[in-house]
Formats: sequence, structure tokens, C-alpha cells
Amino acid sequence: MTVPGKANLARGVRGRFIRDRLMTSVFTGAGWFAILFITLIFAFTFREAMPIFTDPEVAREANLHEFFVKQLEGERMEQRFVWQPVGDIPKFSFVPLILGTLKATFVGLLVACPLGVAAALFSSEFAPPRLREWIKPMIELLAGIPSVVLGFFALMVLGTWLQEAFGFTYRLNAWNAGIALGIALLPVVFTISEDGMSSVPRYYREGSLALGASRFQTAWKVVLPAALPAVFASFVLAFGRAIGETMILLMAGGNAAITSWSLGDPLRTLSATIAAELGEVVFGDPHYSALFFIGTLLFVITFISNSAGQWFIGRMQRRMQGES
Amino acid sequence: MTKSVRQEPEPAPKIEVTGFNFFYGELHVLHDIVMDIPEKQVTAFIGPSGCGKSTFLRSINRMNDIIPGARARGAITLDGQDLYAKSIDVVALRRKVGMVFQKSNPFPKSVYENVAYGLRIGGVNDRNVLDEVVERSLQRAALWNEVKDRLNTSAMALSGGQQQRLCIARALAVDPEVLLMDEPASALDPIATQKIEELVYELKSNYTIVIVTHNMQQAARVSDRTAFFMLGKLVEYDDTNTIFMNPKQKLTEDYITGRFG
Amino acid sequence: MTSGDAFDSTLTRVIPSRRRRRIGEYLWVFLLGFSIVLILAMLGVILGDVIIHGAGHVSWTFITESPRQGLAEGGIYPAIIGTTFLVLLMTIAAVPLGVATAVYLHEYTPAETPKQAWSRFRTAEGADRRKLFGTVVLSLLAKVTRSAVANLAGVPSIVFGLFGLGFFIQFVGGTMDRLTQPAGEIVWGQGNLLWAALTLALLTLPTVIVATEEALRTVPADQRAASIALGATRWETIRRIVLPGALPGILPGAILAISRGAGEVAPILFTGAAYYLPFLPESLSSQFMHLGYHVLILSTQSPDVEATKPVLYGTVFVLLILTFLLNLTGVLIRARTRTKLRSGS
Ligand SMILES: Nc1ncnc2c1ncn2[C@@H]1O[C@H](COP(=O)(O)OP(=O)(O)O)[C@@H](O)[C@H]1O
Ligand SMILES: [Mg+2]
Repeated sequence: MTVPGKANLARGVRGRFIRDRLMTSVFTGAGWFAILFITLIFAFTFREAMPIFTDPEVAREANLHEFFVKQLEGERMEQRFVWQPVGDIPKFSFVPLILGTLKATFVGLLVACPLGVAAALFSSEFAPPRLREWIKPMIELLAGIPSVVLGFFALMVLGTWLQEAFGFTYRLNAWNAGIALGIALLPVVFTISEDGMSSVPRYYREGSLALGASRFQTAWKVVLPAALPAVFASFVLAFGRAIGETMILLMAGGNAAITSWSLGDPLRTLSATIAAELGEVVFGDPHYSALFFIGTLLFVITFISNSAGQWFIGRMQRRMQGES
Repeated sequence: MTKSVRQEPEPAPKIEVTGFNFFYGELHVLHDIVMDIPEKQVTAFIGPSGCGKSTFLRSINRMNDIIPGARARGAITLDGQDLYAKSIDVVALRRKVGMVFQKSNPFPKSVYENVAYGLRIGGVNDRNVLDEVVERSLQRAALWNEVKDRLNTSAMALSGGQQQRLCIARALAVDPEVLLMDEPASALDPIATQKIEELVYELKSNYTIVIVTHNMQQAARVSDRTAFFMLGKLVEYDDTNTIFMNPKQKLTEDYITGRFG
Repeated sequence: MTSGDAFDSTLTRVIPSRRRRRIGEYLWVFLLGFSIVLILAMLGVILGDVIIHGAGHVSWTFITESPRQGLAEGGIYPAIIGTTFLVLLMTIAAVPLGVATAVYLHEYTPAETPKQAWSRFRTAEGADRRKLFGTVVLSLLAKVTRSAVANLAGVPSIVFGLFGLGFFIQFVGGTMDRLTQPAGEIVWGQGNLLWAALTLALLTLPTVIVATEEALRTVPADQRAASIALGATRWETIRRIVLPGALPGILPGAILAISRGAGEVAPILFTGAAYYLPFLPESLSSQFMHLGYHVLILSTQSPDVEATKPVLYGTVFVLLILTFLLNLTGVLIRARTRTKLRSGS
């Protein structure tokens, strides 16, 4: 069909063609495999929690009413919401655990948010470039400290210091755990806020400076508002991280599932409860399903807060692209 | 500039285009293009920007295949073979129809590896063969003397004009028959541009060249045939001399004399 | 300041207030800078405490011997080896799969958004329609996967531990035992090196995918076009142009993900970490000791905290060295490519 000496365009290079097809299958296979596992993570965490809805045996002891609503009767009962999963009559109230989680998260964010944003603003607006090149790797180093080490530090060192300084009744309490948690959250707040602030186009600043504003006014009135979505994102993502953080709270929280609003009392978070109890639980037990339900809860909360964080980040990017 | 009137018989068409249409999704950018592109000559595409020159050029080596929603209707044949037929191997096609882009795009590799790239993917790893082809291609691209002592330095360190000639050498290394050039000199300074133009003139003894340019003088200087496009239609296609001296269409004349565009 | 001259009065009013504002601003900037100092001080205090109390205890015997005397004496050799095995296995499982998944998402699924693909699908006709339906489905899949991956990167590590227990141990391991152990012995249906490594791999997978896809995005489209125009197939372009170009971004991303995985304890609590094992893991179905888990055990389960303190600090020191070395490698590679990019452009 083809004239000799002229271009031959019929399929010729079989080997390369086949290799290309093969690699397409390999990548497609890998992609789908990963997607399958991502789906499985959702499915299996939910699956193990399902018996509290479907299995009457389990549901008798562990159910939504028990988790969120039920209070113990009696005048002289100090603790009305009780998490006491092992015993003749297991008690599965999530209320003390949720309260513990919220207290630790509150202190953690209280430490990390102002400090992280202030540091980000300094790094992006005032630090000389040489200093900035040092700050960022240092923060990355801080992010690289395993949470078990932070937990260890809060348990062995920080708790004692705080107790000596402030005279807490309990060495391990919400302040202690929360501050250690805050150290873990700092890099999250810093990195995302700083990225947002650095992505604010230069002409924003130049415009403000040209109008006679000082550098501080420019940072405060122009850069920070422009980077607000990123700052929000950093808070939301830090919140998600705080809710799910386990080792720090397990080690430094004091491990007491009590219903107390005091930040000076020891606490037990949702995540630490899983870590502390799943090792000894009987498979298929109401307790087992309850722990998986806590996991599901954590999953859903962090998934939502992460989606919100991603949304804010996307908004930040769109804002800067749309206007730069 | 004078051009000798051609006495030889019309050369055989290398590429024949019949009733060719092109769409980006709903956007109909090329309308019923019909033209023959002669072998071993330079054919220039001119026209206001956005008229579809690049699109048409990229249709000749099917680079548009990688754009989602791109569709072609009608036929382009190379040596009588329909480029859009099922039996066509686009990989083989692109080795026969080389391409040089508007913005030079060397790989972040050494000068040598840039030129050897096409051979390496074709399975050639024999050092002697590679050395020979790299040297020959660089010589054809009039770059050898400038880079022969730094074949192993990064191509990114070359000047813009050198990078563009390197891209030409890279395309020549796989031994194409047709060379498509999309405004190859538009980002270069006048001296580098002149070098490219001289190179195009040299190359046409061995290759069929199609060049898109927005520069009318350039088209007049380098090409044998010129096609004028507007709004996705081929307005006029003729010998370059005729197009510039004696255009048949009013539109062509207006464009050439700079009345618009 | 009640001068009768209007001009004078504005002057006297403006100048001192501006100076006062200046001083206020310096104070604020100082406070902002102080926050950095505070953060670095925290880092310094933690590292300092660990180094002061831990470095001295690290000796040759400490890193080459097994624990003795109820963990209070001896070394942490099995924990070092266990952690190393675990991290290696995790890397083998997570990095190739993560990179391949990112390549699939970025290079093989349609570049269009589902919306664009859908609008083309609606207006298409005939044979195009079926092909376009595939495009719509794939681009939707890519989009959903991307956001699932991005969100999964923030799911708590303890949830991955739950998943490891529920899926790998109960479901996969349990099924394997049922099929291969007629006597009802439990071999795979309990925590071990393999399940822990796979659990950690899943935890690091999203980070690897996200970092890789980001790196793939930095490879200029015109280099891909040049390769394709030279007659390269998609795979050849990926292997010779895209992956080498993206490597400076993939590498630190992967190393940072591995370093994070190396320090995680929550996911391995129930999937294979052991309290005390005098021997090394022999196979994938063995339990193992782990530095981070060892820190947890020593600091919360020790009957005599003061006695185990030196071993505890030594273990923390070794764990920090391990994760920091990994971390530092990643950070340095990233910093180097950043400056290279800056000087290149
Ligand atoms: N990838 C694409 N997707 C959609 N439309 C495109 C694409 N590339 C080019 N076009 C459109 O097709 C028309 C022709 O473009 P092009 O071939 O680049 O023109 P020229 O090279 O003559 O300037 C233009 O209207 C342009 O907007
Ligand atoms: Mg063009």
C-alpha cells in the first residue's frame, strides 16, 4: 500500500505500543486500587460501628440515647453522665469524653491560633528574607516532632512545671494537655496562614505603602484581611487535627472520664478512649461497637472540618488568582 | 528581494488537504480547508492571530489529539495516507512530521540528551550511533560550532536563539520528512531570527517545511508558497511572489499592506 | 492645645499622635516577632530537655542490646530494628502506590472538570457520546478521589488504627486463617508487622499522593508537548520527562510523609506493636517492638518511673534522631530545589 521510500505510518513499533498500553493498565490499576482502599476506610470504620443500630444484643446496652442523653438518677450522684464500659452494668455516656475533647481542643487552639497567626504575619511581612529562610524549616522541624514525644514531654516535664507555677490540684489537666496539643497545632496554623499571606500579590502592599500607610498598617489592614480565608482554613484544619490527636491526650490528659468544666481537672478525650480501651475489648461486644462508633464520629467530624478547611484554601487561591 | 521564477514542473504534493474542518468542542475553528503542500519547499501560513494557523499546523502531526474535545472532519494525507485513518500510528506519524514550537521548549537535560531524546525513546542506545546523529543534527541546525564544547551542559543555559535551534536539531534527529514550525522566531531578537530564517532556507533542500509566521517580511523572505487564513478560512493560497505582489483577493491585499491585523 | 490659629492647631495635633502611633506600631511588630521567639523557645526547650537527659544514656550497648529488668535496664535494640522494618515496609507499600496513583490522576484521567465534560456530553451525538460518557465518569472519579484524598490526609491516625484492626486483622487476617488453618490457629488474625505496616502505609498514602500530584503539576506542559511531538508514547513521556522533572518535588514529599509515619504510634497500638519482645521479628506475621510505642509504655506503664527515666529519655532521643534525620533530609532537599528554581528563572 505504501510507496517505497515514502513515509510508512502503519502501526510499526509494536513493542513500544504494547509497553505503553501495559503501563496505562498498571497506572489505572494502581489508581483504582488506591481508590478502593480509600472507600474501604470509610466502609469498614462504619461497618464495625453498625451493630449499635442493627444488633439488638448490642443495641440494648450501646445506643444513641445511652451515648448522648442518658443521665444516672439519684440525688447524691456526683457524676450524672458516666463512661464506665467495664462492669456489671456498663455505662456508655459520651458526654464526659466530648467535654474532655472540647476542653483540650479549646486550650490547644487558644495557644496555637494567636501565636501561629502572629508568627506567620511576622514571617511574611517583617522578617528579613534570610531570617525567614530559617524560620520555616524550624517550624517544619517542630511539625516533625512525633506526638508521642510531645505527650511524653507534657507528662514528664510540663505537667510538673505548670503545677509548680500555678498550683493546680492535678498535675495532669486540660491546661497541660492543651498546651502540648497547641504545640502540635502551631505548625498547622503557621504554615497555612503564612502560605496565604505570602500569596497576597505584591501590588496590594505597594498600593497601601504608596498611600502613605506604614508597614504595620499595611500588614494589619491589607495583608491580613486579604489572607483571611487562609487564616480561617488554618484554624479549621487545626481544629480537625486537635479533635483527632490521640497520643498527647492519652499521655498528658490524666485519663479521667469526668464531667467537669474546669480546665484544672484531668480529662479523657474521645480519641484517647479508643487508644486506651480498644486493646482489651472483646470483639463484637457493645463496648467494641461503641469504640468504633467513636471512631466514626471522629472520622465524620474531621472529614467535615477538613472539607471546610480545603474550601477556605480554595477560596483563598481563587481570590488571589482572580485578582492578581 | 528577488526570487527566481520557477521553471521546474510543479513538485508532487507531499501533503494533501481536502475538506478539512476542525472543532474545539462547539467552536468551529477551521472551515473546509483545501490545499496541497509541495515537497521540499517552504510553505508559510499567515493571517491575523486567532484565525486557526496553529490549529491547522498541529492537525498535520495530530498534536491536537491531546486536547480534550478537539475533533477533526475531512482528510489530510501524507504521501497518500490518510492521517486520521484508524490504521495510522500517531507515534510513527510524529516521527515523520517533526514540530518546532513558538516558545523554545528544551528538556531540562544536557544539550546532547536533548538531541538524542528521540532516538533513545526509539530504542537506540548505541553510543556511536547517538554521537553521530547528535553531531549531524546539530550541524544541520547550524548549532554545532556553538555547542560542540559543551554538549554535556544543561540546555537551559543556552541563549533563546540557541535553544530554538536546539529544538530544531532535536526534531531533525529522528529523521523527519516534514518540519512544522509555529512562529519559531517570534520570541527571538533580530539576529537570532535571521539565523533561523537562514536555517529554514538551508533545510528546505531536504525537508518539506510548513512555517507559521505573523511577520509578513519573514514569509516573503523564506517561503515558496504562502497561505493566507482568516477567521478559520483559507482565503488565498499561491506562490509567495504572487501573494505579495499580485494578490487576487481584496482581503489578502488589505492584510498584506497592513490595512488591518 | 487651644491655639487660635487653625493651621497651627492641626499641626500640633497631628505630629505627636503620629509619633505615638509609630511607637505603638513598633511595639506590635515586636510582639509579632516575639511570638516567633516563643515558638522557637518551645522547640528549644523540648529538644534541650531530651538532649540533656537522653543523649548521655545513648551508648553502644543501649542501641545493640535488648531491654532487661522490666525495661528499666539494657537497651532498645529490638525497638530500633522493629521501627526500621516497619518504616521500610510502609515505604515499600506507600510510595510506589502513592506515586502511581498521583500519576494516574494527573496524567491519565481527563484534564477537564466534570462540568466541562458533562456539557460536551450533552451536546455530543452518535459515537462520540459513549466515549464522552467515559470522560464524564472518569473526570468525576478523579475529582471525588482528589477531595477524598485531601480530606483523608487529615483523618486522625487513631481512626486508621481502627481500620487496621477492623479490616486487616479481623477481615483479611481472619479470612486467611479460616482458609489456611484448619486447626483454628490464629496466625494472621492478630496484630503483626505486615498489618501495622499496611495501616501506616494507608496513613501516609494521601500525603504521598498530594505531594506527588503537586510536583507533577510543576512540570511544564510544553515539555510534555515536545516529547509527544518527537513521537514519544505517553509512558515514555512520563518516564523520561515527567517523573524526572517532578522528582525534586516528589522526593521531599515522600520523605516527609515517611518521617511522619515513623513517629506515629496511634495506628500501631492494636495492629502489631508489642510491649516487650526479647527477639527480633522473624517474619511478616511477627509482632515487633517500636520506639514510639516503647516511649508510651515506659512513660505510662512503668511501675517505677524514676528507675526507667534514663531508658525513657534515651529512647525518646533515638526516636527524635530518627524522625529528624528523615525530616531534615526532606526539608533540605526541598529548600535546595526551591533555591534552584529561584535562581533558574
Ligand atoms: N485548546 C483550545 N481550546 C479551545 N479553543 C482553542 C484552543 N486553542 C485555540 N483555540 C481557539 O481556536 C482559534 C484558533 O486558534 P489558533 O489556531 O491558536 O490561532 P492562531 O495560531 O492563528 O493565532 C482561536 O479562536 C482560539 O481561541
Ligand atoms: Mg498561533
